[in-house]
Amino acid sequence: MPARVLILRAAGTNCDAETAYAWQLAGAKAETIHVKRLMHDPALLRAFDVLTIPGGFSYGDDISAGTILANQLMQSAGDELLRFLEGGKLILGICNGFQVLVKTGLLPGPGVGSRVVTLSDNRSGSFESRWVRLRSGITACRFLPPGVMLELPVAHAQGRLLCRDDKVLQSLIHNHHVCLTYAGTGGQPCRYPDNPNGSDADIAGLTDTTGQILGLMPHPERFVTTFQHPLWTRRRVEGEPDGLTIFKTALASLGG
Amino acid sequence: MISVWRVEVAPKSESLDVPSREVLGDIHRFGFEHVRAVRSCRIYLLQGNLDRDMVDDLARAVLCDPVSEVYACAPDSPDWSGTKVGRVPPAAPPARAAGETRPTGDGAIEVHYRPGVMDPVALSARRALNERIAALNPPKPMHVTAARTARRYTITGARNAEELEQIALGVLANTCIETVCICGFDRRDRRLTTMPEAPVQPFELRTVAIRKLDGPELERLSRKAHLFLSRMEMEVIRDHFRALGREPTDLELDTLAQAWSEHCAHKTLKSAVIYRGDDFGREGEVEVYFDNLFESTIARATSKLNRDWCWSVFEDNAGVVAFDDDCGIAFKVETHNHPSAIEPYGGAATGIGGCIRDIMGCGLGAKPIASTDVFCVAPPDYPRDRLPRGVLHPARVLKGVVAGVGDYGNRMGVPTVNGAVHFDERYLANPLVFCGTVGLIPRKFIHKGPKPGDRIVLVGGRTGRDGIHGATFSSAELTESHPDEFSHAVQIGNPIEQKKVLDALLQARDHRSGCLYRTITDCGAGGLSNAVGEMGAKLGAVVDLEKVPLKYAGLRYDEIWVSEAQERMVLAVPPERLDTLLTICQAEDVEVSTIGWFTDDRRLVVRYAGTVVGDLQMSFVHEGLPKITRRATWTAPNGKGPALKLKHPGDLSRELPARLRSYNVASKEWIIRRYDHEVQGGSVVKPLCGPGAGPSDAAVFRPLLDGWRGVAIACGLCPHVSDRDPYWMAIRAVDEALRNLICVGADPSRVAILDNFCWGACDTPEALGALARACKGASDAAVAFGLPFISGKDSLNNQFSQTSAQARRLGLPETITIPGTLLISGLGIIEDVRQCVTMDLKRPGHPIALVACPADGMGLERAFVAHNSVSRAIRAGGVSAAHDISDGGLAVALAEMCIAGNLGLRVDLGQAYGDDPAARLFEEYPTGYILECASGDIIRGVGGVKLGEVTQTPELVITSGGKPIIELEVEVLARAWREPFTHVAGGCPTSSRFCRSQGPKRAP
Repeated sequence: MPARVLILRAAGTNCDAETAYAWQLAGAKAETIHVKRLMHDPALLRAFDVLTIPGGFSYGDDISAGTILANQLMQSAGDELLRFLEGGKLILGICNGFQVLVKTGLLPGPGVGSRVVTLSDNRSGSFESRWVRLRSGITACRFLPPGVMLELPVAHAQGRLLCRDDKVLQSLIHNHHVCLTYAGTGGQPCRYPDNPNGSDADIAGLTDTTGQILGLMPHPERFVTTFQHPLWTRRRVEGEPDGLTIFKTALASLGG
Repeated sequence: MISVWRVEVAPKSESLDVPSREVLGDIHRFGFEHVRAVRSCRIYLLQGNLDRDMVDDLARAVLCDPVSEVYACAPDSPDWSGTKVGRVPPAAPPARAAGETRPTGDGAIEVHYRPGVMDPVALSARRALNERIAALNPPKPMHVTAARTARRYTITGARNAEELEQIALGVLANTCIETVCICGFDRRDRRLTTMPEAPVQPFELRTVAIRKLDGPELERLSRKAHLFLSRMEMEVIRDHFRALGREPTDLELDTLAQAWSEHCAHKTLKSAVIYRGDDFGREGEVEVYFDNLFESTIARATSKLNRDWCWSVFEDNAGVVAFDDDCGIAFKVETHNHPSAIEPYGGAATGIGGCIRDIMGCGLGAKPIASTDVFCVAPPDYPRDRLPRGVLHPARVLKGVVAGVGDYGNRMGVPTVNGAVHFDERYLANPLVFCGTVGLIPRKFIHKGPKPGDRIVLVGGRTGRDGIHGATFSSAELTESHPDEFSHAVQIGNPIEQKKVLDALLQARDHRSGCLYRTITDCGAGGLSNAVGEMGAKLGAVVDLEKVPLKYAGLRYDEIWVSEAQERMVLAVPPERLDTLLTICQAEDVEVSTIGWFTDDRRLVVRYAGTVVGDLQMSFVHEGLPKITRRATWTAPNGKGPALKLKHPGDLSRELPARLRSYNVASKEWIIRRYDHEVQGGSVVKPLCGPGAGPSDAAVFRPLLDGWRGVAIACGLCPHVSDRDPYWMAIRAVDEALRNLICVGADPSRVAILDNFCWGACDTPEALGALARACKGASDAAVAFGLPFISGKDSLNNQFSQTSAQARRLGLPETITIPGTLLISGLGIIEDVRQCVTMDLKRPGHPIALVACPADGMGLERAFVAHNSVSRAIRAGGVSAAHDISDGGLAVALAEMCIAGNLGLRVDLGQAYGDDPAARLFEEYPTGYILECASGDIIRGVGGVKLGEVTQTPELVITSGGKPIIELEVEVLARAWREPFTHVAGGCPTSSRFCRSQGPKRAP
């Protein structure tokens, strides 16, 4: 039976359709559900194997990106979410979804401390829509093959990952939370614009200690066919598109 | 106890205060380079029975980010200071005695919304805070009853309060929608202690005595009441009410002014025109009678072409063409010029918002899938001391409109895929903002129509005082008093509200029992007056205005009727389907109100709390506008137009970088990167091409992710040609849009176009003659190239008048009229997007060909043959890169292809241009293609000339008869092309190159 994926939607979510399409292309069955339904009936989570919070501007990024949806989730479905994770299930937050996961405290999660990292205004001061090169870390993350280079687009104004202090940053690195970093042409550390937002240590994505949660600023759902890559007209981009790899890796880890 | 609490939230450190860095840059560019630092903070004013602990919790848990921000909170009072709660927001100035004067140092500026202005963040905050309170479940029930937000800037280094005021008005705030409060120096730190509320007026039915007025009196009334109707139109209205034996109500006059406005009725373009002047595209003079200028030119082209894939043209909010057997593509382009002139951010945001609503209201509702934007502004380095009163600086206008379009489109989740910017000083006081949106609509939902008895249902945002008289305001010329007089015409957008409406409406449209409503339209220009008036034109309608949900109490009935408050749609719903619609909308938190019903008596009856405040015959509203016949004339200006002007005639290797640096040519990457052009996942050809991010000719995307069929979008715009002849300007614009589409692989036999005319006042025969020539040019080109018009819009009176004293002082004309501007937007259907081509050079050794096809030189028919043969070669796969030659000429097009592909070119112009290679390279009005071909055979097939070939060495070498005339490294070209906007916008670097062509690679 294909894995069941819940795509969570709220006012202002706008990447739900292509995210559902990407999961389906990878072999899962995706269902889009409004957060009001989940708030009303948190137990409906139990029927799913993966929770995905897609990109967009939930509640217009009002107050700050992800804050309002994060509060709604934790206030109404916090217990169910913990139970969901205890059952070995997966959570994916893309862009605004990553912002939500960080603001719930689910990322980086136990071990590092609650609400010690945030996603803040891009250092450039503006929205950044561009493709980035990424390197996956050696972590337990169940969405990413470890130690590979990937290319995906970003599109956000608040994606700068900030740690409260250097101790928090070191703890993220040492405890294998840093599963995705922006990288230069040879995979090395980089500066703007290769690091599009000025994140500490080029961090583009985080996972929790179990590897069940992935939050990332780039959009894997926007690279599931070759013809979405900006340079496809130059050389036939061969092999599996990097975004699709992420969805497929997650499904494989579920044993599907 | 109800009191107002103040919460200030500030970035923890200077390095985290990113918005302030932008502001400081703007202040320096504004001319105040001595200002040393700016720090900002957000302010929330919360009203409700909250106690200190609760406010502290709300601030900590909801309003403030624990990692990057600090906060302070206390009851708001005139002498409030952040120190009182023990946490000093770094942005707050040190406490000091009121009235203290300092020579230099810190001052602060607070920016608050004016009462009644939409504040979306406050609405979200109130909701989130009340959710938090509910989760905490305090023993004593508490509630946030109202919330407002504001911004506070601490400025270090300003010399006095007057400077702060100039900074506040010039950089930080727009007094149309905001008020500022200057703190520090000799100004007392005055804070608001209560929630400001909009004034409330009691209901009173007002009539306007017009039956006894004569012509001049009617004209004065028209201007004073912001009706902007002509004397003749006012006389028709007066005579109508004389015949009825009563005076009109203010609402009735307003209804007629909206419906008869240039903006809504397009009365100039639809008038009868007797044209006498130069022939069209031929020598000699002619006299031509156009029974209806628009019908006889633009619309006739479409009916003559009679394409079966045009499913809906000129009759709906947008035109619709076939995409495949089941689905159509809707396309609409709108202008939002006057609102953007006085409030660029809000004007442009609601421009794109309104255009997206047009798509949502097309047929029974299309899904918006892509947007375009085109701006015409004055150069961003225009001298500040030559700025007329009441005019915003072009750099501020440009930044504002870019941010406005970006924020609205990004938040709605509609990718902004294509656009253009054109610079000319004549757009100084009257910038142009074109917004376009493409939608996807199932064929079965294309037609609509209400029935008597259907309920009139208002869905979406609430109604406020924002945007009153937008339709009439945009139909008049701008003057220096406009920012004050028409601040109420500015609308404020809330894209998330509109996204909710879209989510709800698509569910209602696709309901398993069939569409839940019979008609839908957006509530745009003219508000309910136009929306209901047009929907019920063939039936009749009764509206009860007290049922319209308001943002705040106290709107007058006529304000409710014409308010252009955003994010509202009007539906005709059969009574038995209301409940289902309501359930869907409630689930999406979208408000629904039944405000009336459709009748069959062809009367428009408007009531307020039982009193009839308007009762008009639909026939008078829609057919009463007197039709006029006007004279038009045109004579070609003397001479051949401006000769080619070179900055460096002796050294073309310096001329080319100078051309690349010109604003019209230079890279617009800083704009493009601010728009999400890939949301929805369909992007195929992006606005920037190749490793060097060169300018794409057109955008291509897939509306349906599970197929390879695509849509291509492009534009054509060349207002500078208008000065020579608007007829050729229009042909050029059509030609350019078509060439751009062909370059990415579109099939010219499946291209539809849209026309957007922006002109000055057309009250003289000369001005009308210019417009008539443009209409004729557009229609001649459309017929010759087989491109049906499917939708369009015109915006007239784009000019600015100032006092003669000011004009003399600034060295400007008293009336600044924009150049006649026609934007042609092209829409092509692509069978298989995998065949698309981009403009970046691909492979060393490939030959490069020039295909020149100037319509004014070779005639429209032969130009069309050239377009077709180029298109066939591209679609057959023989062309690996194609680029249109337009602004900047041949040399610029070659340079752009090198920059995009990061490869070189070796080109020889041949003996033919030996005498004057400069003319060939930098010609003012070029048209043609440059093609990188797979083989020499292809060049012969398209009737092209081989210019040279692609080289591995990234260098552009141009020779003439073997003699080198330009030798430049691509790096030098790229730097010149990317640099110009850095001082406007801080620039936008291009990412380092991508190298990947395989699946995930092991990291090195």
